[in-house]
Amino acid sequence: MSLFLKFLVAAVAAGTPLLFGTVGEILNEKVGHLNLGVEGMMALGACAGFMTAYLTDSLALALLASFAAGVLASLIYAVLTVTFLANQNVAGLTLTIFGTGLSNFIGVYMISRSAEGTLKLPAKVTASLAAVHIPGLSDAPVVGELLFSYNVFVYLGVAVALAAGWYLYGTKTGLNVQAIGENPGAADAASIPVNKFKYINLLLGGGICGIGGAYCSMIINGGVWLSDSVGGLGWIAVALVIFAAWKPQLAILGSFVFGGLRVLKYYVPTGAVPIAFFDMLPFLMTALVLIVTSMRGSKGSHIPASLGVNYFREDR
Amino acid sequence: MKKLISAALALAMAAMCFVGCGSSASSAPASSEAGSQAASAEGAGVPAEDIKVGVIHIGDPAAGSGYSYAHDQGIVAMQQTLGLSDSQIIRKNNISDSDTTAIENAMMECIEEGCNIIFATSWGYMDTCEKLAEEYPDVLFCHGTGYKSNGTNFNNYFGRIYQSRYLSGVAAGLKTESNMIGYVGAMGQENGEVTSGIDAFAMGVESVNPDAKVYVKITNSWYDPEGESQAAKALIDMGCDVIGQHCDTPNPQLEAEKAGVWGVGYNSDMTKDAPGAVLCSVEWNWGAFYTQAVQNVIDGTWVIGEHVDNYFGDMADGLVVLSDLSDLCADGTADAVQAAEDKILSGEWDVFDGKTEIEDNAGEMHTVEGADYGSINWYYRNVVQAG
Repeated sequence: MSLFLKFLVAAVAAGTPLLFGTVGEILNEKVGHLNLGVEGMMALGACAGFMTAYLTDSLALALLASFAAGVLASLIYAVLTVTFLANQNVAGLTLTIFGTGLSNFIGVYMISRSAEGTLKLPAKVTASLAAVHIPGLSDAPVVGELLFSYNVFVYLGVAVALAAGWYLYGTKTGLNVQAIGENPGAADAASIPVNKFKYINLLLGGGICGIGGAYCSMIINGGVWLSDSVGGLGWIAVALVIFAAWKPQLAILGSFVFGGLRVLKYYVPTGAVPIAFFDMLPFLMTALVLIVTSMRGSKGSHIPASLGVNYFREDR
Repeated sequence: MKKLISAALALAMAAMCFVGCGSSASSAPASSEAGSQAASAEGAGVPAEDIKVGVIHIGDPAAGSGYSYAHDQGIVAMQQTLGLSDSQIIRKNNISDSDTTAIENAMMECIEEGCNIIFATSWGYMDTCEKLAEEYPDVLFCHGTGYKSNGTNFNNYFGRIYQSRYLSGVAAGLKTESNMIGYVGAMGQENGEVTSGIDAFAMGVESVNPDAKVYVKITNSWYDPEGESQAAKALIDMGCDVIGQHCDTPNPQLEAEKAGVWGVGYNSDMTKDAPGAVLCSVEWNWGAFYTQAVQNVIDGTWVIGEHVDNYFGDMADGLVVLSDLSDLCADGTADAVQAAEDKILSGEWDVFDGKTEIEDNAGEMHTVEGADYGSINWYYRNVVQAG
């Protein structure tokens, strides 16, 4: 039982970077932009967050820097696809390659400048990344470990997801944003500022992805810089958007389930199934979800109708 | 008139072609003769200043720790010992060892830049080495961790890393309080390189602590930072209080440090990454081999194209080492490790000596010589496969 509890805790920890990536991508896709640059934006956030924490020893500044790096990265994508109407897939893939490369480049440069040949976060930041401890609550049996034993990123991620859900599905602005994703021409005719909201959502989504990247570089690798710290999580986040049916609240569930699938192989008794089977599970799950959602048809599925199509006003 | 001129020009061109062909045809054998004369004049060895070394890395040595870094430190040591200039070393980094085209391109670039020796550091480079060794008989291909060679210009190098793994097992066995020791492995039981290391580690543990068990979790990848953390975390969750590893990143050690338990690092000294957890690290000192190999070519002990040996180094050669023990080790560790090390260095005893019967965790008996580590695909009797 206690090992099962520890499995759930490990699942949440493994799912948190996915949660940031997924919420960021949902914000992008809701305005009709399929951004395949999640991996790159996360990589740049990872680099900016880690290096800021390394140099300033401040978690708040690191979070700000990773958010800013994500915003800047998505600005490239936004200018290319919204203003210059470039192909979204190509722009996104380019962003992924560029982001990963630049992040590794800066990492190698910083290592070559460091005295010990390794980059390790200073003590104050490391302490602030440890699990929170709320007196009374954290010590409670089961509940304490399950709900109140995580680092700040986990709570931040859930809060961001809930806020994004409220913004998209609970406000009038969100309704306008959804209209852009469904039919930008109609939204434009209804005097919704299409390009303004596209920019806002793309940049906001990029920033959230950037924070997810900071989780990868600062938490997963225990505070030591490694190249390719995002390691493909950005791609899983893109797939998770479908799993979450474009709803940020569902993304919380989805990313923790996927996190669980990623750590499952370390918590089950071995022998019965080959390990490679567990490596396949998250992707098998995505395929199943795709099949189920397509069988249910458009009912319940919130895929934006104009996803992947640029909006050119003069085409109306 | 024009026709006449053009015809004359055509004739002139044809004549020039003929002359050209003739001269190139006659000069070709001359140059190859000169080449073979030069080769035979060099005779026994290649002078140090004419040596050019190519290195193919799977990762980026600038990463600061791990596999490629450890190899590159060896290259740097070789360069310093033999006094080679920077222009005599050509590095090709980030060459995926499953991408045959990339491997071949990297090696061809080395050959075109005039390398006489190419060190191929990763398993997957083996077949490309074998193929190019046939096409370029005057280039020496040294391949690490594999098993193929041709005796003339393609050899294999690896070592008895299990010797220092055994010593690290002694340190782990003395340290554990829960008698549960974790081990994060990159590949499963079928991979002899990983499994022989686990067995040697477990035998070291048993030699000082017969009650302790070694719990193994496999990431199924040679490089998976996140999986390596998660596997270590799961082992700690089970109750393990010392974490050994056969994987690239220091992440298992960092997880151990976070949880307040201990660990044994691999490839490079991981004390610098996780000073609060690492007891000692199992290390390769590739410089011992690289220096020896280049020296052999300079001396003429190895004559490229005629005769090269395979290399299987051990602790006595300095290829395989255990880092300094940290202050975290239990009392008496230094003496116990020293005693075992002396036995190995004196040749009195070895972990896999080919004579002693070793019992696996299914109750079967095996005898194996360390050089046949590839055939070790059974776990020692105190090893529990946990995922």
